[in-house]
Amino acid sequence: MNSSKINRIKDNAFKYFGIACTVFGLAMLAIFLGNIIIEGIARIDWAFITNFPSRNPDKAGILPALVGTLWIMGLTAVIAIPLGIAAGIYLEEYGKKSKLATLLEINISNLAGVPSIIYGLLGLEIFGRIMGMGGSLLAGASTLSLLILPIIIVSTREALKAVPSSIKEASFAMGASKWQTVWHQLLPASFGGVITGIILALSRAVGETAPLIVIGALAYVPFVPASPTDEFSVLPIQIFNWISRPQKGFAINAASAIIILLMVTFIMNGIAMYLRNRWQKKVKW
Amino acid sequence: MPRIKEKVIEVGLASAAVITILTTIGIIWVLLSQTIDFFSDVSIVDFLTDTQWTPLFADKHFGILPLVAGTFLTTFIAILVALPVGLTIAVYLNEYAPKSFRKIIKPLLEILAAVPTVVYGFFALSVITPFLQSIIPGMAGFNALSSGIVMGIMIIPLITSLSEDALFAVPKSLREASYGMGSTRLQTAFKVMVPAASSGIIVSVILGISRAVGETMIVAIAAGQQPRLTMNPLVPIETITTYIVQVSTGDVAHGSLEYKTIFAAGMALFVFTFILNNISYWIKKKFQEKYE
Repeated sequence: MNSSKINRIKDNAFKYFGIACTVFGLAMLAIFLGNIIIEGIARIDWAFITNFPSRNPDKAGILPALVGTLWIMGLTAVIAIPLGIAAGIYLEEYGKKSKLATLLEINISNLAGVPSIIYGLLGLEIFGRIMGMGGSLLAGASTLSLLILPIIIVSTREALKAVPSSIKEASFAMGASKWQTVWHQLLPASFGGVITGIILALSRAVGETAPLIVIGALAYVPFVPASPTDEFSVLPIQIFNWISRPQKGFAINAASAIIILLMVTFIMNGIAMYLRNRWQKKVKW
Repeated sequence: MPRIKEKVIEVGLASAAVITILTTIGIIWVLLSQTIDFFSDVSIVDFLTDTQWTPLFADKHFGILPLVAGTFLTTFIAILVALPVGLTIAVYLNEYAPKSFRKIIKPLLEILAAVPTVVYGFFALSVITPFLQSIIPGMAGFNALSSGIVMGIMIIPLITSLSEDALFAVPKSLREASYGMGSTRLQTAFKVMVPAASSGIIVSVILGISRAVGETMIVAIAAGQQPRLTMNPLVPIETITTYIVQVSTGDVAHGSLEYKTIFAAGMALFVFTFILNNISYWIKKKFQEKYE
């Protein structure tokens, strides 16, 4: 066999190895989702969603955790979206060449790499203790807002960057001020990209566990939180709590709660992907 | 008047951006002040050299080494899984796969990255560990191996997508020249494309390491909570992040020495990830314009 034949065999061997690796990743995902669905789907009924946590796994439900997750999602959105978009606009359209902007840019890329649990320590001290919020929804949402801020800022910038400069120049030529250009031209034109980034960031916040455990979110909540100053639990913490227990019944509960959590994150990711594709197709400048 | 309005808006936008700087200052200040407090009670030499970490026991030792060892071990296993698989997928998608296949696979892999980590922890504990126990007798129910493997699976999409971007950015002329010389796809991939994209691939690995070091829920669920200075992947260990969770789920009084330990541990974690992130940032900046 000459070397070119050997090379061709090697080439084909790698092709199949590549397919095998790709399949490995997807197979893991499939096994993993299949396992959770088999274990947890039977346990999901209306009572599971509307019951409070209980020492008896058959009677335990996720109501306080589910409501807590919705609260956290809403409050985090209210805090993080305006701040993230504003900061993104500033970096992309206003501060571009200033020293402040360079500093901000390095800083944001650094923040994106800080482990989420460190944000928990920040929230515990700053929001929980110094600002006196304790382990409330507000403290949790503030902590998560800081965590997802870099994601929203970066995606807002990307979306603004994708708007062709001709639109901006035309707006300026018509005598529009900078803010008028941003508000009436750039933001509407980049809307799809901005929304996609926001949804992805919020879906990340919904799945976060560690920072909320650190700021003191509760594992056992026998009430439905009714205001931002109430203490709370969220779905991931409820899942963590159930996984940590030895009884089989709680492992099943954990799988059922995971199905609900995954439904929430997958729906959010699905919407984001759909918007991104639609936006990319529609916008051909 | 419009001038003033414009200025006010600009200042408003800038102050939103400045919040990110305040966040960094806040993190450093919180960690530093509590850690300094901690070192007034515990000597820094003990912290760095003692081989036991038992702040929650009667006989207290404050050596961070067992936690660092646990973190290192799980991270090492994760990269061992994620780098070969992730890089192979990237090369395959970029050099071999038809475009249509790529279009389907990429979003599917993105799903892997969107799964919350607490879910991965459940997977490690209830699927991977029992499976490994059936192959490796004597393996403990909590161990570094299964959490490391699952962490690796979690990191695959990160390494794949960053490496693929790096491969994609290599100018087409290089690939065409290689084919023109009669190289196979495999030779082109590993002798031309991967070396040309090496800085981007290294960045993806460093970011993967940084992610694994800071990962919390998988190890908190599946690796155990026993600080142990060992490189044995079959026994329970504890990582830095797990310790912080362990203390946070118990009741520890504010201001106590136990309370301060989580900030000292957090400081160690922050320093590690900060160094890794800066190395990757530096590499990215330094080699970015190679082909432009």
